Amino acid sequence: MHDSILTYAKSRYLWVALALGAGALAAYLWHDPGGPPNGGTWLGYTLGTIGAALIVWLMWFGVRKRSYAGGIGTLRGWLSAHVYLGTTLILIVLLHAGFQLHWNLHTFTFVLMLGVIFSGFFGVYAYLRYPTLMTRNRESATRDAMLEEIAEIDQNALALADGIDPKIHALVLRSIQNTRLGGGAWTQLRARDGSDLALASLHEAMAAREQRKEMATSEMPTMFAMVDFLAGRATDKQGEAMRKLIDLISRKKALATRVARDIQFQALMEVWLYLHVPLSFALLAALIGHIVSSFFYW
Amino acid sequence: MNERFKIAIIGSGPGGLSAAARAAERGVPHVLLEAEDHLSNTIYRYQKGKFVMDEPGILPLRAPVPFKAGSREEILTAWDEAAARLKINVRLKHEVASIKPLAGGGFEIKCSNGQTLAAEFVVLGIGLQGNIRKLGCPGEDLPFVQYQLDDPDEYEGEVIAVVGAGDAAIENAVALAKQNNVIIINRKDEFARAKKANEAAILKAIEDGTIECYYNSAPERVDALSVGRKKGRMILNTANGKAQILLDRVIARLGATAPRGFVEACGVVFPSKDPAAVPAISSQYESNVKGLYIVGALGGYPLIKQAMNQGYEVVEYILGHKVEPADEPLLKAKFAAMPGFRNVEEALARVQKNVRLLAHITPLQLREFMLDSDIRTPKPGETIFRRNDYTNTFFSIVEGEVHILIDEQRNQRVTLKRGEFFGEMSLISGRRRSATVLAGANCVLIETPRRSMNRLINSVEAVKREIDQVFILRAVQSRFAAEVPVEQLAEVVANARLERFKAGDVLFHEGEIADCLHLVRSGSLTISRNIGGKDVVLSYVPAGNYVGEMALMGESRRSATARAAIATETVRLDGESFKKLVNRVPVLRLKLQSEYRQRAAANLAMQAAPEGGDIISFLISQGAGEATDILLIDESLCVRCDNCEKACAETHGGTSRLDREAGPTFASVHVPTSCRHCEHPHCMKDCPPDAIHRAPNGEVFIADNCIGCGNCERNCPYGVIHMAAKPPKKPGLIQWLLFGRGSGPGEAPLEPKAKQAATGKKAVKCDMCKGIPGGPACVRSCPTGAAIRISPEEFPAYAQSRR
Repeated sequence: MHDSILTYAKSRYLWVALALGAGALAAYLWHDPGGPPNGGTWLGYTLGTIGAALIVWLMWFGVRKRSYAGGIGTLRGWLSAHVYLGTTLILIVLLHAGFQLHWNLHTFTFVLMLGVIFSGFFGVYAYLRYPTLMTRNRESATRDAMLEEIAEIDQNALALADGIDPKIHALVLRSIQNTRLGGGAWTQLRARDGSDLALASLHEAMAAREQRKEMATSEMPTMFAMVDFLAGRATDKQGEAMRKLIDLISRKKALATRVARDIQFQALMEVWLYLHVPLSFALLAALIGHIVSSFFYW
Repeated sequence: MNERFKIAIIGSGPGGLSAAARAAERGVPHVLLEAEDHLSNTIYRYQKGKFVMDEPGILPLRAPVPFKAGSREEILTAWDEAAARLKINVRLKHEVASIKPLAGGGFEIKCSNGQTLAAEFVVLGIGLQGNIRKLGCPGEDLPFVQYQLDDPDEYEGEVIAVVGAGDAAIENAVALAKQNNVIIINRKDEFARAKKANEAAILKAIEDGTIECYYNSAPERVDALSVGRKKGRMILNTANGKAQILLDRVIARLGATAPRGFVEACGVVFPSKDPAAVPAISSQYESNVKGLYIVGALGGYPLIKQAMNQGYEVVEYILGHKVEPADEPLLKAKFAAMPGFRNVEEALARVQKNVRLLAHITPLQLREFMLDSDIRTPKPGETIFRRNDYTNTFFSIVEGEVHILIDEQRNQRVTLKRGEFFGEMSLISGRRRSATVLAGANCVLIETPRRSMNRLINSVEAVKREIDQVFILRAVQSRFAAEVPVEQLAEVVANARLERFKAGDVLFHEGEIADCLHLVRSGSLTISRNIGGKDVVLSYVPAGNYVGEMALMGESRRSATARAAIATETVRLDGESFKKLVNRVPVLRLKLQSEYRQRAAANLAMQAAPEGGDIISFLISQGAGEATDILLIDESLCVRCDNCEKACAETHGGTSRLDREAGPTFASVHVPTSCRHCEHPHCMKDCPPDAIHRAPNGEVFIADNCIGCGNCERNCPYGVIHMAAKPPKKPGLIQWLLFGRGSGPGEAPLEPKAKQAATGKKAVKCDMCKGIPGGPACVRSCPTGAAIRISPEEFPAYAQSRR
């Protein structure tokens, strides 16, 4: 019922990809071009055509992903095929070129392709690894719920601090402001406009990382200061309130760390696309150049 | 001496107002009594600017008062104008306390403000909302004491006392507490009456100190203050003596008194205790109390236009005039398909004569029933419905016969003749059709939708009894008829009876001595065993299946516990007579034994992996037991791309009907907020235009005649319905890509609010993409296969696959 893109339909597309790769390899070994193997032989042209068609088809995934109402098959099947056939492309293109690499446009196209494919590999890794980590990190709370709780803790902490000492109040206030400053992207997050969510999340991940750094420097002193205060001149009642306050701020710190993690995981699952997709368009351009220039060899 | 009128109309809603207007037009001495200080309180209480629709569109309006679809304000203004123009004798703030028949004919009407008047005829049009319960202490009508809250953000920095402990009070208190100082006053010492989420919210707010709570307290009086900064004060009786609160505002949310008690006190009889039951009224809207007429929602006609037409007609009837009912042409069109049709009257009589089930109902009920129903005249051999269809309409045979295919391979058929009915199984269980039905010769059928049939069952006891009897007989036959001759089943049928269980109730415990078996008629069960001190769920039993027969055959103790997963009804078959049957028919024993072996093997597999049982328990606790098709997301695969939500919005006019992130998760199985297409959909319960239907493949969907009342949104326990306006149309891919027109695929609409005001909102929910080939877009657009849709029958297999 639930299975990953790699095991989809009993790994049907793994076998398709293996068959394609094995076929190409067999043809390459069997074929005798009467010189060094290259893209100019009939086999070279055949493999090149297959490769180019594959690239166009792989890029078509972006369109398929957005054709919500129709399209052949399930998106999951497409992705599974996308991953396996995309990987086979390395072999097919190498065979197409007869392993000839030089400082020219053709090799540049190849390097771009490798860039696309390897960024895709990271994507596969991210898709397999981070969802579970993300679920575990969230502990069944939603991100909004965690953010709300943080805001609430801030309120309560301020109220508590107010009753203790103006100094402590200022301290807590500053710590809250610092957290806000670092996590200014939170507000953006809550809006979730969806149009460039990925980009926003990237900003957020960076912001969150900064925020974590800041928490390491700003929250700890808050706590130390309070512990000092506790040990020093506080009355019993104030001590009680202080202990509560420390609990609250520790809880908030844990929550903030979790939110930052959450944002980070999401960003990791999306960041590679910012390489993968532009590179693939660059590849398409280079590919057109490669094909056009090939005709001048004639 | 009391004032005397010919007609007293109680309640100034659509029905009452229209009746009063007609009486005024005719120059009949009349009075219109309204409890509130304005007309039409139900519509008055709609939120500001709400768009009111005028379904059913085909029904013509016949009333001296205008009505067409429009905003609440337009409609109320038009009605106020009409009331003034026609010089209707309106008495506002006249809440009727009692209606008593007088010895010499006519009625004496007592109002709670002390006035008494007399009338020859009474028209009750008080609707179903009931009167709002007031504080019940001095000062309850002060200007700062209110019984409704439209917009909590309207108030800021005030001290507000919220009185009540129900959902409305809690929701108001929590919303107001954001910008105000809120005190909630609870007569009891807990908030047990409220929904769980609301209870948790209020207790948390009280603990956090954002809301102050007085438990075990009741207001003694409210006073207006002329000095000081606060408008008033409330004196409270608390457990520890009196308390005084200085405040700016009192919001009392004490619910409403259901009108039924009042109506019954007038002498009107309700046919059953079911809250959905409506009093029986004649075709001229007269109740069992002579001279007392009932129109509108109270009589079972919840739509504005219906009520207005009835208001007009009832006055004509009282004056002794004959009017052709407004629905006459509609009925004529319906019956036209019937062979030998002459006129509506005669056709109705024929239906009632031929169909025994419908002989029990009043002419008016029959008209209404026929308006909702369709006449079908299928050719011989035509399929009426197929086995495993998800339809739930009910059929009565007016003429001819139909054949039920009990066993398709062996072509085993049962023939039903004129006067009988079929389709009751799916109606009751909410599940797929259990057999295919083919039309026979000269077949004339009445096909009735689920809602009308359920209303009839709830209002007419005799109908319910007859259907239940036939249900038991057929349920037993369809299960055992393949092995046992029908005559031999008679004893089992005679000793069978219906039983009801609430969610979580136990049918029988593991280890108990068996004395019966159950056929699940509606709802579903879980079967569990106690393993190592823990209840482990082994399987899920949907409606239409039997439990408990094994313990009857040999081993006499129950091997497992059967528990209702949701509200469940079963047919309980007596153990003794069943044992006799099994002893008499050896084939039956063999068949039961082979079934038992299969079941035991499946249970054993589950027992080997008790974590699987935890997943089932989790799903059942999320209400998945009443689902027919539920969306589950595997969070270890979900990359949170929200492509499912985008796909949903893209394929459904820009509004996603699914919230991926919300909802609980257990062992990576996430139940998102999305429709699960319940067996007995809660949303269908109270839909005035009957716009919610189930498609043949099981999709529960909302049709275009939705009036946007929001009942379904409130009734859905899973929060999967919301009200939305149609967003602007999106440009094509190329237009968007090259010219940047509008928003792109998967993006939110640019100005969702711009066009909302004009059209009005309608309810939207998941329809499982029923119009789209290839199935639900959410599942098809999930790139990693994290989203799947399954039915509860698949839970055990699913749970095992997740080890």
